[in-house]
Amino acid sequence: MSIERDVMEYDVVIVGGGPSGLGAAIRLKQKAAESGKEINVCLVEKGSEIGAHILSGAVLEPRSLNELFPNWKELGAPVKTAVTRDELHLLTSESSGVKLPNLFVPKTMHNEGNYIVSLGNLCRWLGEQATELGVEIYPGFAAQEVIIEDGVVKGIQTGDMGVDRDGTHKADFAPGMELRAKYTLFAEGCRGHLGKRLLKEFGLDKDADPQHYGIGIKEIWEAPAGKHQPGLVVHGAGWPLDVTGTGNTGGWFLYHADNNQILVGLIVDLSYSNAYLSPFDEFQRLKHHPVLKQHLEGGKRLSYGARAIAKGGFNSLPNMVFPGGALIGCDLGTMNFSKIKGSHTALKSGMLAAEAYADALMAGAEGGDALQAFPEGFKKSWLYDELFRSRNFGPAIHKFGALFGGMFNYIDQNWFGGKIPLTLHDTTPDHATLKLAKDSQQIAYPKPDGKLSFDKLSSVFLSSTNHEEHQPVHLKLADPSIPIEKNLPMYAEPAQRYCPAGVYEVVGEGAEKRFQINAQNCVHCKTCDIKDPAQNITWVAPEGSGGPNYPGM
Amino acid sequence: MKAIVSVKRVVDYNVRIQVKPDGSGVVTDGVKHSMNPFDEIAMEEAVRLKEKGVVTEIVAVSIGAAKCEETLRTALAFGATKAIHIKEEGEVQPLTAARALAAVFKKEEAKLFIAGKQAIDDDANQTGQMVAALLDLPQATFAGKIDVAGDKATVVREVDAGLETLEVDLPAVITADLRLNEPRYLKLPDIMKAKRIAIEAVTFADLGVEAAAAVKVTKTAPPPTRSKGVMVKTVDELVAALKAKGLA
Repeated sequence: MSIERDVMEYDVVIVGGGPSGLGAAIRLKQKAAESGKEINVCLVEKGSEIGAHILSGAVLEPRSLNELFPNWKELGAPVKTAVTRDELHLLTSESSGVKLPNLFVPKTMHNEGNYIVSLGNLCRWLGEQATELGVEIYPGFAAQEVIIEDGVVKGIQTGDMGVDRDGTHKADFAPGMELRAKYTLFAEGCRGHLGKRLLKEFGLDKDADPQHYGIGIKEIWEAPAGKHQPGLVVHGAGWPLDVTGTGNTGGWFLYHADNNQILVGLIVDLSYSNAYLSPFDEFQRLKHHPVLKQHLEGGKRLSYGARAIAKGGFNSLPNMVFPGGALIGCDLGTMNFSKIKGSHTALKSGMLAAEAYADALMAGAEGGDALQAFPEGFKKSWLYDELFRSRNFGPAIHKFGALFGGMFNYIDQNWFGGKIPLTLHDTTPDHATLKLAKDSQQIAYPKPDGKLSFDKLSSVFLSSTNHEEHQPVHLKLADPSIPIEKNLPMYAEPAQRYCPAGVYEVVGEGAEKRFQINAQNCVHCKTCDIKDPAQNITWVAPEGSGGPNYPGM
Repeated sequence: MKAIVSVKRVVDYNVRIQVKPDGSGVVTDGVKHSMNPFDEIAMEEAVRLKEKGVVTEIVAVSIGAAKCEETLRTALAFGATKAIHIKEEGEVQPLTAARALAAVFKKEEAKLFIAGKQAIDDDANQTGQMVAALLDLPQATFAGKIDVAGDKATVVREVDAGLETLEVDLPAVITADLRLNEPRYLKLPDIMKAKRIAIEAVTFADLGVEAAAAVKVTKTAPPPTRSKGVMVKTVDELVAALKAKGLA
């Protein structure tokens, strides 16, 4: 059945309203205005509004923002809480830990001059700036398909609305629209579902190390009375994940932001090997450690969310351009994991792309080519240098663990400035690291106390996640038999545990066992798409505006 | 026939409302806002009446700060033919809103006023009724079905006892209940077109409206948290526990 679709043509279509997409949109308009020319830019965002799906720590390094809007302070950017103090802890057990003396903290973990922000609110603000500059922003519309014609990306098609669970059209069916462009920039964030297809279609990642990921789980707390220390940044690694081991690593953060809020979260490397590990439960028990508890006890949890991060860095960077467009931001993989920061790098990658594409368009380009000016500009930028210097950080942790990997990173960053004359590679993809259940140690997670720790469903409730309930399930199984027939006996079906939103359940007993997908709960973190050992789950965009509605994550 | 539809910008229904620590109100900064869902239903109904040829023009009106423009853009994407933004940065009480809307109704020489039965932020359920009173027009609130024929509207109302059918002479005020219709999906091309329509901006002063200060909010507090339940082993224990609470 063919559907008649409306078509609109733009110079540039951008998929995703995060820092890279908005950075690109703004810079394109700025460049056009500087030369008195017109570049029309359209940006689509699957969230119900700009910022609704944004989740980050976040400590912001303001370098890119300074370049984009030197007067961001006067413009009222929600970047207000300067970092006043840094702490770094290595937790060695559930009750003990070591605070690292400042001297031994890797340079990349110092945050002088940085700000504690809500990236969601920063994106809302960037969205307003972009709108003012004339960018057409359409939240609530998901890019569902890439339009590829004769090997050239011609734009995207937004998702159809009003499709029933069985695929039939409901009375209110509204067909998606084709947004065609000379160049299309994909800024979907980590593991974008179109980005994933483009990597494959154009073989963009064939010469790079596999991308590596983490799952970040974050909560916003109202600080207990008298405990708020705005500007305090606390980071840590070790317990409840491995301290000296290398199988199950990760790190946590706790920031005292403005508005009497504390932002706390855990990033578990998705290269973890224990089939029984549950990132959600690790985070819940982490908050009971005295180092964190002292900040949170007596406070109130306000919000919850989760998002995967692409942290492979330099070694995992694919080719960034293909005929008709480019990948930018975390869709490309520009996060600097050694700083656990990706906002300034994402913003910068968007700006660099915009500069290249704006120049080409203003010189009369008709588009459709793999514009080399973008990777060339990238190689000359501070972003390239920064990512190069940090290339060993992730692999060192994966290979040597939190303690020894951390020591390597201290030496690399503080003695060699990141230019230690060797490059560590980590060539095992994250979905291939899981041990069989029989070789994994079962973990008895403590019951949540309802004060510091909580169960999954009450947590998902706080993410304000909503999906139209009659739409087709947006988590596609290539082979529906794998969860019960393979993953369950081999890995005790890890989806039940790695999903931070309780989407996946194994229900029933014996021969009646079946795999249930509660797609309405999905917070769009993409972990299932990454970690499923059989690579059997594909995340596609649900009906536009579905998903979490994060308030200032 | 010209219809006026009032559309309020409220905190989105998906958002978990948080009370400000000082009890002065609820947190609205950095929180998603959207068109009041009941006003969406009113808007949809007006568009359906227009599609039936009953209504010829739809004027969407919103009162509030600059961001109300987004709500009006949504109304235009639905199919409003004109949008009026009554600009006001401060708090707007139902009586003030009703005065302003009544003034617009008169100025536009409209014949039908449709609004949501209430806004989901203050749940006041007063504005529609007050507009009717100020204009001395018949009103049909909590509409579940609207039929317009000639100079009369037949409205099925949802009341406690069931359904009540009213016939009102036009011009009239009708407020929309949940089951009146299911608002359509906005199409991207319609949203694009809506961006290019100019929105008329006016102030209370332009309309000759005086702000009312009839109501004062003294305190906002979250509902008390539910206390933990007690597990009892026997019926006797349950009875004893109820007796101790004075419930049996």
